[in-house]
Amino acid sequence: MGTVSVGILGTKLGMTQIFDEQGNSIPVTVIQAGPCVVTQVKTLQTDGYASVQLGYGEVAEKALTKPELGHLSKANATPLRHLKEYRTDEVGSFELGQVLTADRFEIGQIIDVSGTSIGKGFAGYQKRHNFHRGPMAHGSKNHRAPGSIGAGTTPGRVYPGKKMAGRLGGVKVTTRKLTVVRIDSDRNLLIVKGSVPGKSGTLLSITPTNRVGQA
Amino acid sequence: MNVQEVIRSVAAEHLKTDLPEIYVGDTVRVGVRIQEGGKERVQPFEGTVIAMRNGGINESITVRRIFQGVGVERVFLLHAPRVADIKIVRRGKARRAKLYYLRDRIGKATRLKQRFDRPI
Repeated sequence: MGTVSVGILGTKLGMTQIFDEQGNSIPVTVIQAGPCVVTQVKTLQTDGYASVQLGYGEVAEKALTKPELGHLSKANATPLRHLKEYRTDEVGSFELGQVLTADRFEIGQIIDVSGTSIGKGFAGYQKRHNFHRGPMAHGSKNHRAPGSIGAGTTPGRVYPGKKMAGRLGGVKVTTRKLTVVRIDSDRNLLIVKGSVPGKSGTLLSITPTNRVGQA
Repeated sequence: MNVQEVIRSVAAEHLKTDLPEIYVGDTVRVGVRIQEGGKERVQPFEGTVIAMRNGGINESITVRRIFQGVGVERVFLLHAPRVADIKIVRRGKARRAKLYYLRDRIGKATRLKQRFDRPI
């Protein structure tokens, strides 16, 4: 398994646009990235695999259970809402209680951003699977119907995985290869070209891009 | 600082402060920066503002003029660096926010009454 580099947790704040040196307007997403606290460092010897657990999102103490608070107290961290592990081989460079900020990234870096996409509810064939629709006129009654969903007596059933209507969105989505346009280290803001999954306020995981087939 | 203020502050440094007050119906001269073979020059585009769109940094105007008998409309992002300057030539009287009806008119019918109560 290739090692995913340690990323950072953040919140999508929203989108706007800025202008580059050539005067082109570029659409950007503003992300509150961190500060994240290293809440646990797992090593091959102690846990059977190596990873770094990050905590993000300040929360009232009463919102967490005693076991959660006890776990966080090991890193001397304030109560945090979200915990996430990043598998990495370089656990040595992380220590408990270390704070990771948006400064981990640099301008121009290519990143992947994952989060929960906007839930669309029960969606039909066109919206969910990009089926074509039927003619709206000329006596046609086949507007947004699925068409054939399989052969007849043989096989006598619908194959599993057949694309049909159903719940759309609300799942983890990764938007890959986004460019960091600007970094505001005072406020821990990452300004990224393009859009990222989910609505404003969505929890995001931002990692340096995972380049398939490259070390 | 709430989320909307953060987003506005990100765009704030690209906002222009020296823009004139533009109204729908005004005749404006927009200076457009054009790159030609490494050289930059400003080309004017004069016409009637037939629509405006607000929205912070996304603010834009649609300017319409008749050029060689053909109607030409250009949409300018007011805060874009490509828009070098905007000058109000004439204040026009318009009774609606979008003057799309001018598209269906030709010649004398496209004229708007001038109004004198707003400074240029």
